[in-house]
Amino acid sequence: MPIDTGDTAWVLAAAALVMFMTPGLALFYGGLVRAKNVLGTIMQSFFALALVSVLWVLIGYTLAFGKDAGGGIIGGLDFIGFKGVGPAPSDTYATTVPHIAFSLYQLMFAIITPALITGAIAERMRFSAYVLFLGLWSILVYSPVAHWVFADGFLGLVHVGALDFAGGTVVHINAGIAALAAILYMGKRRGFGREAMVPHNVPMVITGAAILWFGWFGFNAGSALGANGLAASAFANTHLATAAAVLGWLIPERAKHGKATTIGAATGAVAGLVAITPAAGFVEPWAALVIGFVAGAVCWKAVDLKTRIGYDDSLDVVGVHFVGGVVGALLTGVFASAAVNAFSGSLAQFGKQALAVGVTIAFSFLMTLLILKVVDVLLGGVRVPEEEEVTGLDLSQHSEVGYTFQDRGGSLAAGHDEPAGAEPVGAVDREGAR
Amino acid sequence: MKLVVAIVKPFKLDEVKEALRAAGVQGLTATEAQGFGRQRGHTEVYRGAEYRVDFVPKVKVEVLCDDDQVQGVVDAIMKSARTGKIGDGKIFVLPAEQAYRIRTGEMGPDAI
Repeated sequence: MPIDTGDTAWVLAAAALVMFMTPGLALFYGGLVRAKNVLGTIMQSFFALALVSVLWVLIGYTLAFGKDAGGGIIGGLDFIGFKGVGPAPSDTYATTVPHIAFSLYQLMFAIITPALITGAIAERMRFSAYVLFLGLWSILVYSPVAHWVFADGFLGLVHVGALDFAGGTVVHINAGIAALAAILYMGKRRGFGREAMVPHNVPMVITGAAILWFGWFGFNAGSALGANGLAASAFANTHLATAAAVLGWLIPERAKHGKATTIGAATGAVAGLVAITPAAGFVEPWAALVIGFVAGAVCWKAVDLKTRIGYDDSLDVVGVHFVGGVVGALLTGVFASAAVNAFSGSLAQFGKQALAVGVTIAFSFLMTLLILKVVDVLLGGVRVPEEEEVTGLDLSQHSEVGYTFQDRGGSLAAGHDEPAGAEPVGAVDREGAR
Repeated sequence: MKLVVAIVKPFKLDEVKEALRAAGVQGLTATEAQGFGRQRGHTEVYRGAEYRVDFVPKVKVEVLCDDDQVQGVVDAIMKSARTGKIGDGKIFVLPAEQAYRIRTGEMGPDAI
């Protein structure tokens, strides 16, 4: 098919919007951690923009969107190194926009998915271990699941027929269950449950949530892969579900704690965005309001339960992305309307949704544990040593601090080869910098 | 009366506070502080330029107490703030000449 300029303009703009979500996530997560870990947390998201992009061109894209290599499990190597991915449209995906625009749009999803996991293991992972984990997870978990659902793999429309408009299963359930596996593998932060671990910059959290909300229009409405009525429906549903989810979170929160909190509003918004993701291009606006409200309330309850059970899901990736993702995926099977897109909700569709959810949960959970084990063995540990955890990731992993409000003495080191007698941060930390 | 001044690692503040409370201390003052002792500073890197930072962040805890309380207070801090590694801090005991409770005008041990 010939290139449609309107479709192309929208997909390119949407790709940029989705790209902006990852730095938005960095602020959202960065504000929720303690001041000594703000850079380490931001870096985990920001670095994903770099590493996943490189891997995507080399191998990730072809494993996800290459022609099925057999059995619907994984894509073939047709597009290795972006071979044949250029200005001409693909004959399979988004046939009215340049193939390279489609592949870059998909890249932005591949970036934010593993970045979402970092909220669960915040404030305790070695940067080197994170880098290796990120690369392996992107190739071994994200690409296959994207292939199954978005491309011609076995869960998508070609075979099982599970509906996932913009990645509720591929992105949110996938990242959410991986987060749970990572929490179980890595354990709690030192002092968890005893010391106060409160967010250090709430305005930063709200800024990040606002950027996520903004970028999500690209995520969901962009998934129409065209500038058309479907994109407009997805755009409206995204906004309406998010608005309803804020209410869905704040009402039970206020009933229990007596106050509606700003972090509650921000988290409720993200829960709504997550839940509407699979449904955005399949449901009518009234259903988007229902899905959002239910997701806000259910995610609030999930996070409330987590606090009582005592899992250290530091920034609530499981409670928001996994739970919200499952709510959205299942309700898509209920509320899908032929008036919006070609599918209607039914018991059979609900079953297909549940199957896709179940398969993703099992695969991602086990693969994440396996990858963490491999990283653990190869690098001799995934967690920072106790003193570095106490010092904070900023200084121990990156030799920087996020905030300096007063002079701290010292001087410019004479040269890079001779750091004026100061020891490397790691060496100091072992003696107890804090 | 004595003023007990302790310089401790920031992450130990909570344990120090609880230990002092258990030792019967009614109130204390905590201040963010920085300085250096035998523990050395660290290097930071900004755009390739390395900086040596000499001052290490600490918390200064001040407790005013009666003479017969001093040993208990010092023991509580000593026990709760210790990690056994360099940089655990110092405790100073200073004579306090007088104390006043501003609201009531009480003086001396009554004002502690």
